Amino acid sequence: MENKKSNPWRRINTKRITETVKKLFIKANTILGADMVSALRYALQQEESPIGRQVLTKILQNADIACHEAMPICQDTGLAVLFVEMGQDVRIVGGDLRKALEEGVRQAYGEGFLRKSLCDPLTRTNTGDNTPAVVHMDIVTGNQLRIIAMPKGGGSENMSAARMLTPSAGIDGIKKFVMETVEKAGANPCPPIIVGIGIGGSLEQACILAKKALLRPVGGKNASDERLTQMEAELHTRINESGIGPAGLGGRVTTLAVHAEMMPCHIASLPVAVNIQCHVARHQETII
Amino acid sequence: METRKIKTPLTEEIIISLRAGDMVLLTGDVYTARDAAHRRMYEAFKKGLSLPIDLSKATIFYAAPSPTPEGKVTGSIGPTTSYRMDAFTPALLEHGLRGMIGKGNRSPEIVEAIKRYGAVYFGAIGGIAALTAQCVKRMEVVAYEDLGPEAIRKLTVVDLPLVVINDSQGNDLYLSEQNKWRILSV
Repeated sequence: MENKKSNPWRRINTKRITETVKKLFIKANTILGADMVSALRYALQQEESPIGRQVLTKILQNADIACHEAMPICQDTGLAVLFVEMGQDVRIVGGDLRKALEEGVRQAYGEGFLRKSLCDPLTRTNTGDNTPAVVHMDIVTGNQLRIIAMPKGGGSENMSAARMLTPSAGIDGIKKFVMETVEKAGANPCPPIIVGIGIGGSLEQACILAKKALLRPVGGKNASDERLTQMEAELHTRINESGIGPAGLGGRVTTLAVHAEMMPCHIASLPVAVNIQCHVARHQETII
Repeated sequence: METRKIKTPLTEEIIISLRAGDMVLLTGDVYTARDAAHRRMYEAFKKGLSLPIDLSKATIFYAAPSPTPEGKVTGSIGPTTSYRMDAFTPALLEHGLRGMIGKGNRSPEIVEAIKRYGAVYFGAIGGIAALTAQCVKRMEVVAYEDLGPEAIRKLTVVDLPLVVINDSQGNDLYLSEQNKWRILSV
């Protein structure tokens, strides 16, 4: 008999991981989060443009149909992004963790009637099953496995950008870069958008921070750093002054939220990434 | 705002009467084609090969639906961003294409080509694909089946809600509407 006290490992079977990933991607693609639905309802109250109001009404109506008919909210069911936080006391049994995650994606996109949107970058040949997924893995304390599934659409991802600013550019330089990126995106990323901003770290870390910022409940402030709280509020107002509006057809609501995350960077650098999310902001998570 | 019903094929008479900002409900046949299908059609032109579809007075919907569940006509369907098709569009217009359905800005060259060829670019709302699917009454793959979701499909749509973005006079709805709502910060 094993002595539980001397053995801190908690075993998690890969079959359970595959099943979880599958369910999360199907759910994310068909059910819009409650935070998004309330943000869109609030946007409808705020919008003054008649066509903008029509667009927002249809977006809400669509979310309702998708949920009731178990249809994808958007035909672009995304590239499968996974954030996995694995407790250091978890022991994976039954197979390869990476393969289990990929298999979950494969099953979700096959059985869930989700579009397979991945291809070879050069030949453009579809991979056929929406794999491989982009997996961000973190080892954390504890004995649980947290899985976040985020199907990311191509239209808004294409309008995202990263830049290595000089330290002298400062916070004004960051704001200028965000505004330039959003203005250039215009109608393309399906506004009203959510703007994820990652500041600091290295080039790739800034991008990961920007993407993680999109996982925050819509409109939630960065309460840990007052400089970011203020910047988020200011950019939110300025982006909504752009006039781009819902679907880019003009109006007051271009963004539903601006979320920023930050970490220290090299003394020579000021990396900034802007990850734009369309109004079909999808992510679902669970803890095993 | 008044909504007008129009039918495909888009005749010269219909196109000339459309103005940026017009809300229309489109009924009739349209083809889906996006990145990969555009590239393949463009390569066919370059090699002097004929196309598997007739582009004369045709309308293309920049779209690739999600798979069709049992008992439905189509999965979710909606527009993809149009600027990626800009490089191939003049060649398609030259071969008779007259209507395009997508989302987002076209390049100044395409706005000019739309005017020159007497064509029209319609905007459909992105991200409302379960709702848009209800306008599709028939769907069949007609070319490039190996492209999977990107294959060319012939759709029969009824009352597909669209707005004219770029008309045959060179007007641009995105520019005019966004400027109207813009607040210039001091």
